[in-house]
Amino acid sequence: MTLLVADNLSVSFGGVKAVRELSFAVEPGEVFSIVGPNGAGKTTVFNLISRIYDVDEGAIVFDGQEITGLPAHGIAELGIARTFQNTELFERETVLKNLLIGCHIHRQSNLFSELFFLPSVRRGELALRQSVEDVIDLLDLQSYRDKPISELPFGARKMVEIARALCLRPRLLLLDEPSSGLNPEETEDLSFWLEDINEELGVTVMMVEHDMNLVSRASNRVLAMADGALITIGTPSEVQSHPQVQRAYLGD
Amino acid sequence: MRFIRKTSYAQDIDLFKHNGQRFWYGILALAVLLAPLGLDRFLLGEMALVYIYAIAGVGLMLLVGYTGQVSLGHAAFLAIGAYCHAWLLNQGWPFPLALAAATGFSGVVGIAVGIPALRMTGIYLAVATLAFLVIVEQVLSHWVSVTGGFRGMPVPKAELGIDLSAPVAFYYLCLLALFLSMVAALNWLRSPTGRAMAAVRDSETSAESMGIHIAYTKTLAFGISAAFTGLAGGLFAHKIGYLAPDAFTLATSIQLLLLVVVGGLGSMHGVIYGAIFIGLLPQGIALVRDAAPPAVSQIPGLEAGVFGLILVLFLIYEPDGLYGRWRKIRLFFEEFPLYRRATHKRQKTYLRTERLR
Repeated sequence: MTLLVADNLSVSFGGVKAVRELSFAVEPGEVFSIVGPNGAGKTTVFNLISRIYDVDEGAIVFDGQEITGLPAHGIAELGIARTFQNTELFERETVLKNLLIGCHIHRQSNLFSELFFLPSVRRGELALRQSVEDVIDLLDLQSYRDKPISELPFGARKMVEIARALCLRPRLLLLDEPSSGLNPEETEDLSFWLEDINEELGVTVMMVEHDMNLVSRASNRVLAMADGALITIGTPSEVQSHPQVQRAYLGD
Repeated sequence: MRFIRKTSYAQDIDLFKHNGQRFWYGILALAVLLAPLGLDRFLLGEMALVYIYAIAGVGLMLLVGYTGQVSLGHAAFLAIGAYCHAWLLNQGWPFPLALAAATGFSGVVGIAVGIPALRMTGIYLAVATLAFLVIVEQVLSHWVSVTGGFRGMPVPKAELGIDLSAPVAFYYLCLLALFLSMVAALNWLRSPTGRAMAAVRDSETSAESMGIHIAYTKTLAFGISAAFTGLAGGLFAHKIGYLAPDAFTLATSIQLLLLVVVGGLGSMHGVIYGAIFIGLLPQGIALVRDAAPPAVSQIPGLEAGVFGLILVLFLIYEPDGLYGRWRKIRLFFEEFPLYRRATHKRQKTYLRTERLR
């Protein structure tokens, strides 16, 4: 059964058609990449899925449930987590706090039990902390744990953002250009971590990515788009050799 | 240098992180508990006023420092708390019930103000809350049957077996109220609710995609903030003894904003520093005024001018406030002789995702 289906998606901003009649399906357990030149509408697709933008036409169905009418904060509760192109971390808080915020949907306490910090709240906090530590271990973030985000280098911020998304224990993870701003070594590490996240944690991954090396190494299927429209969907090598994809990137 | 060895996750959750903190906070607790033995009535009264400011500061800090929503209307919540409390006392309600009801009512009004304020940020929000203050001022001066209008309204004595308005009893009452407010605020801040507030402050887009309900969090922050300020208002009513609309003006709002900015946005220590600062500043200005030549001391609006000047200077030179300054000094001694000035250099932040709305 498919995990996410986009059916005939269209959205326009003013006169610009950012996405036009785009359809695709993501199978559970796969790594699904979206490639395309700048301005192709890749990030817009992510923003449609995470309900930051409203869909003009078409529908998005996640695990059999239509999500096009849900509020943005309802998307996380279904198990869809995401990262942002230029990182959107909580700058004034430490890495630990950021990751704990990532656990927000798994909180057990409410306003009144928190007021008195009842033993149940403490137990809940310890459980959240345990799951945060698991993610810290997975992504080797121990040395950054108590540092505020504003002190971190950009590469570390990218990893913290992925870690924060994982704290949500997602079924679908949307990564918006995870390798931009990383050096070749960090990109290499990233491809291993992607494998871990996908295979060990069983998370389905969708990513927007420009680094074709990373795309062909990490992904099962690739969707290529240009000017908001679909060009082709296929294996990384199929897509790379597709004449229209080459034309979109290189021109005629 | 101090290295804190962490052996359990509980250490990151507990309010006191190590024994050194327990020791120093213990001494502080002893000092404020024993203060009435050594201080005269005037100083006790001033300290009680500082505590009242601090309670209102806790409320405003949660809203401005932790949720990132600015408010110029907090004098209105102070007024609502004060009038509601005094009115209920005049109706014969017992003191604790009246104070609790005033706190709750103020919180409900806060939620009601928070809902329309959801659509606004920054300067627009400041103006909207200012408009709310103006409305409340009008209501206070024209709803004569309840508020007494410009004639004002007497505040009955606070009694609960003993006379709580007497200087020593009132001092302890304010101290207790501040202690409870602080503990409540700190408990929220170390729970998911407080983290959600910080998330909304730092990035709404990303808070939303973490599953945080922005509207709920902001409205809640307004409600809680107004409730604390209302509690402070109830105590403030006893402090001034006679309520009139001119006790709750824009100047009061600015004073409260000065408290959180000078204390240090985003820190509960800052609330105390800020409260001491604005509690003592009028006395300081009065002293300078007496010593200065008549040409200076007779400038009208000197006090408001000094308040504004200090606010601007802090925003430019020490945006982290007194608490930030104190942290830097402490770090200097902790790391001596390895302290590097660049540790606290403010750096330009990286590109952020273009605002999506």
